[in-house]
Amino acid sequence: MNKEFKTSTPTDSEIVFGILNNSESAIKRLYVAYFPMVLQLIINNNGSADDAKDIYQEAIIVLYNKIKKGEFELHSKLKTFLYSVCRRLWLKRLSQMNRYSGDLHDFQDFLPVEEEVEDQAERNMQFSKMQSALGMLGEPCKTIIEDFYIHNRSMQEICESFGYTNADNAKTQKYKCLQRLKKLFFQQK
Amino acid sequence: MRDEQLLEAIERYLNGEMNADERREFEQLRMENAEVDQRVNEHQQFVGVLKQYGERVELEKRLNAIHQEIDVHAIEEEVAIRPSWIVTLWREHHSKISVAASIAIFAVLATLFVTGKMDNNSSYKELKGEVDRLGNKTNTLSKTVNDLKNVNRVFPQEQSRGTGFAITSNGLIATAYHVVEKADSVFVQNAAGRVYKTKVLYMDRKNDVAILKISDTTFTGLGAIPYTFKKASSDLAENVFTLGYPQDQPEYGAGSVTALNGLNSDSIDYQVSIPVNAGASGAPLLDSRGDVIGIVKAKETHMEGVHFALKSNYLLAAVDSLSADTSVSTPVLNTKNTLTGLSRQQQVKKLQKYVFMVKVY
Repeated sequence: MNKEFKTSTPTDSEIVFGILNNSESAIKRLYVAYFPMVLQLIINNNGSADDAKDIYQEAIIVLYNKIKKGEFELHSKLKTFLYSVCRRLWLKRLSQMNRYSGDLHDFQDFLPVEEEVEDQAERNMQFSKMQSALGMLGEPCKTIIEDFYIHNRSMQEICESFGYTNADNAKTQKYKCLQRLKKLFFQQK
Repeated sequence: MRDEQLLEAIERYLNGEMNADERREFEQLRMENAEVDQRVNEHQQFVGVLKQYGERVELEKRLNAIHQEIDVHAIEEEVAIRPSWIVTLWREHHSKISVAASIAIFAVLATLFVTGKMDNNSSYKELKGEVDRLGNKTNTLSKTVNDLKNVNRVFPQEQSRGTGFAITSNGLIATAYHVVEKADSVFVQNAAGRVYKTKVLYMDRKNDVAILKISDTTFTGLGAIPYTFKKASSDLAENVFTLGYPQDQPEYGAGSVTALNGLNSDSIDYQVSIPVNAGASGAPLLDSRGDVIGIVKAKETHMEGVHFALKSNYLLAAVDSLSADTSVSTPVLNTKNTLTGLSRQQQVKKLQKYVFMVKVY
């Protein structure tokens, strides 16, 4: 009985509130529930299981961000939204690879989600710029920046783990690192 | 040092680490100095992207961990659309199938070419009666006829048969050359079943015409021939009819002249649209007035309802050459047509008496 409940499709509101409350299991249940649907779409339209994974994770991220920003309206179903985003992303991928035959084999109803997909593409571009800027930054700058800005560690902790003699030195180092990171980030086209 | 301090102030301001006085002072500075304001916005935005990037990396890690737990292969098996076996077969073997098909087509064409089936002349099938098909029937019939007539002659099965028709009342009969070409002896049988022995007087292989003479002692003459022989060429679309013996009973066929030349534009023939069967070779072809305009000879096997008949002037030429080739004096052909103006039924009824089944042994 317990097991059956676990594998059954979660309701949309369970998922939405779960994600808003940072529930780990909500994301997992969402992911498991609709992956087969997306796998079916991709592998029956010239894609592989790996393509399905990429596309599906991208769509989950779009949905996750939308829920987190409070923009997701419960009147459209999560399932339909995910399918529509995956469908849009896969069409884009196919035409980039010049493999789109002009005819997609559909399995579900879908909504227009061009805006969401374009926003996501924009963000992805910024993130890949950030990723390569951080990559070029080098140590110890990269760890200092990540610890302070991403992992929200205090200057005191950072100072200790890097063995700086005083906090001012650490602050100066962090300042220089941030200036370099900005430069690297904005240099990229 | 000025810039580093400004950045620290911005960070403290954005993180809410300033006390009320500092905050008021900084907001004042921000309002007065546009450059500072811009730096605040820039920094906020950049750090925002940096934090979101961190969150994204974290989220991707979580998703990958979840993905690890899914048995992708099992689901893949379940959701894949299996194409039908014939599609699979084609996808996997289409090159082999194409090669096999090309070879097959080539082989068929090559065979046709080598055996001469693609040659035009081979489509010319003579209308010789097929004895196998008719064997039993004919046997029975000839026995019956013998019994009925009390004639003490027994006729073995003939080798082939055709049709002939009287040219003169004293028993000259015209038929097609190919009917009698391999003849040992030739007999003719009229509609009433009487059989007469004949002699082949004249054969012309090129024009496919032959002339027989009834040599039987029981023959007493035919009476006046009702039709005449047309010397001029007939017109296209002329209504024509024929009477022949493809089987034991005379068969009537009607149609029209569809071309003034025969197969491969051969000018000695007409092309006619009469559904005649094998065994009708040598039958007379008459126009609606009752003039003989030709002798039925052959059919084009590739096209249904297309047949050929030798033009009557070649028959007349044969009759003319009789006296030169043989000892027979030039026969006098009938010039009084008694079929003109009669209904088709009456014409055929009269004609029947002068059309014979030609039996070749």
